[in-house]
Amino acid sequence: MKSALLLFPGINRDPDMARALEIATGARPVPVWHTETELPQGTDLVVIPGGFSYGDYLRAGAIAARSPVMKAVVEAAGRGVRVLGVCNGFQILTESGLLPGALMRNAGLKFVCRTVRLKVENDATFFTKRMKRGDVLPCPVAHHDGNYFADEETLKRLEGEGRVVFRYAEGTNPNGSINDIAGIMNERGNVIGMMPHPEDRVEDLHGGTECLPLFESIVQEVVA
Amino acid sequence: MKATVRIMLKQGVLDPQGKAIEHALSALGFSGVGEVRQGKLITLELDDADPAAARERVRDMCEKLLANTVIEDYEIEIGE
Repeated sequence: MKSALLLFPGINRDPDMARALEIATGARPVPVWHTETELPQGTDLVVIPGGFSYGDYLRAGAIAARSPVMKAVVEAAGRGVRVLGVCNGFQILTESGLLPGALMRNAGLKFVCRTVRLKVENDATFFTKRMKRGDVLPCPVAHHDGNYFADEETLKRLEGEGRVVFRYAEGTNPNGSINDIAGIMNERGNVIGMMPHPEDRVEDLHGGTECLPLFESIVQEVVA
Repeated sequence: MKATVRIMLKQGVLDPQGKAIEHALSALGFSGVGEVRQGKLITLELDDADPAAARERVRDMCEKLLANTVIEDYEIEIGE
């Protein structure tokens, strides 16, 4: 299985993500710099890690979403290549139009850095196949702009089509996200974005390995 | 030619930063202040000679980058 890990100036969570992918898939992801116009041949999965691309200037993810490599990602997603965006990666996916809605400043205005309880809402996706609907996992969050917003019509579609993949379990919504939304997918189901950091809950040193099955789901999906 | 773009969150979209300013003003003793909303102001120096063409170009910039039209509205002012 071949994964590509996108790198933009200001991205800083790529080492954790590379490690989680390597633990789960047995292969290190190929780093891809933002100026590239093509993805490595045979890429099965594109991962956009977290961080603060371009210092969150203008809007979080806005500048990165317009970079050359994102044209290649949009094109690959159109061919069905799987794309996962975590934290800043999720913001980049909404800014690029691959996912609907927007991530706004946290309702409490503060940067939140804590472990939330993440509820699996859809267990049929490439990132949740190894889970069961209703499973609740501890998962760290660390962000300033994670307040998911979509207009009423978009929200109705997301909910009606089972495209809310993760929700913050009751009482743990850290940012005011509408409907407690923590992660969503596109219509086709090959693009997933989420604010929490599952890559930081895959080793004993992290305090637990509860999020490892998410990454193992990718292998199951790609090999199947 | 100078262009000014004013970007505000759409009406109906909660503006937590505006709310925080509102509360801080009230804590400072400023009474009679209703809803406070905050936004961004971007100024651009353009080579264009034709104001209409400049406006059209800035509109394109707003749609493609300067504003996120899912949550924001923008207004363009073309000056001298």
